[in-house]
Amino acid sequence: MKGMTIIVKTISSWVKVLIFLFGIYIVLFGHLTPGGGFAGGVILAASYVLLMLAFGREFAEENLSLPVASKLDCVGALLFAAVALCGLLYGTASFFWNFIHQKYLVGTDYEFNLVSAGTIPLSNIAIGLKVGASLFLVVLALSIFRPGSDNTEG
Amino acid sequence: MTMFYLLLLFVIIAAIVAVETDNLLSSVICVGAIGFGGSLMFLFLRAPDIAITQIVVEVLGLIILIRATISRDRTFITGDREFFGMVVSVVVIFVIFLAGMKVFETLPAFGIPIFSTVPDAASQTYISEGMQKTGAANLVASVILDFRAYDTLGEATVLFTSIIGATVILRKRAKKLLEEPDK
Repeated sequence: MKGMTIIVKTISSWVKVLIFLFGIYIVLFGHLTPGGGFAGGVILAASYVLLMLAFGREFAEENLSLPVASKLDCVGALLFAAVALCGLLYGTASFFWNFIHQKYLVGTDYEFNLVSAGTIPLSNIAIGLKVGASLFLVVLALSIFRPGSDNTEG
Repeated sequence: MTMFYLLLLFVIIAAIVAVETDNLLSSVICVGAIGFGGSLMFLFLRAPDIAITQIVVEVLGLIILIRATISRDRTFITGDREFFGMVVSVVVIFVIFLAGMKVFETLPAFGIPIFSTVPDAASQTYISEGMQKTGAANLVASVILDFRAYDTLGEATVLFTSIIGATVILRKRAKKLLEEPDK
């Protein structure tokens, strides 16, 4: 199966960029607007799933292969753990301490800025990376795996 | 609130259709209707975070389910239901329904959460001082990523473990190992 018709391919090649951009927006503005790491990560995964449905699995695997997605998944998890451990190292030495929030409190110039709220945007980015990579990974794994069929090239 | 109860009715009807229909594809589509109705219900309950997450996860889950359904040959559920199993499940559902009615009688009224009646509940502090303490305008983000970040770490660990397990089970080599005769 080499993807769908040319109409679907053309439309999705325009739309995939917008979906990816929207996912990045949802992740980055998670501490200011509704959304956050999980929802944004699923949107990021959905843009690659759209690519996979429209152009076929091989095309999506050229863009984001299974080992790379697996590594991104691990990087996201480690980044989230690193944010938690930094709270242990700095500040009052407690796990998940918001160790950079003192500079960007409400009432200062940084109020409602994109760079505010300390570790929350960092955690959002980590979770978005993790969720996006892992959900794309599971869709890829499910489409590779076909029980009961004879094609072993997949 | 009338729209909310109409949506609730729609979701219940969709759930019944999803269980009762014989065609697997229409069952999946009904599951999608349940998800989108639930997302709209979250919007009416003023929970946009959960509404966004619900609608996005629903889309991805529907894609996976439809892909899994269409690519299989058996899209129709065949075979009759076992009488004894059906009786047991109906009795169990009835008992759970009665217990649920008892539980719902003790719950606080709709729209009046229990922490609004307790003056020194932790949630009061989150709502009144969360903005000053974390600097995040979205209180949900400040709760799940600052006050309750342990829970998010647990959730992320659950997701990580399940995805790793899925890829390990579904990888190519496992299938080849299964096809090979025992050594």
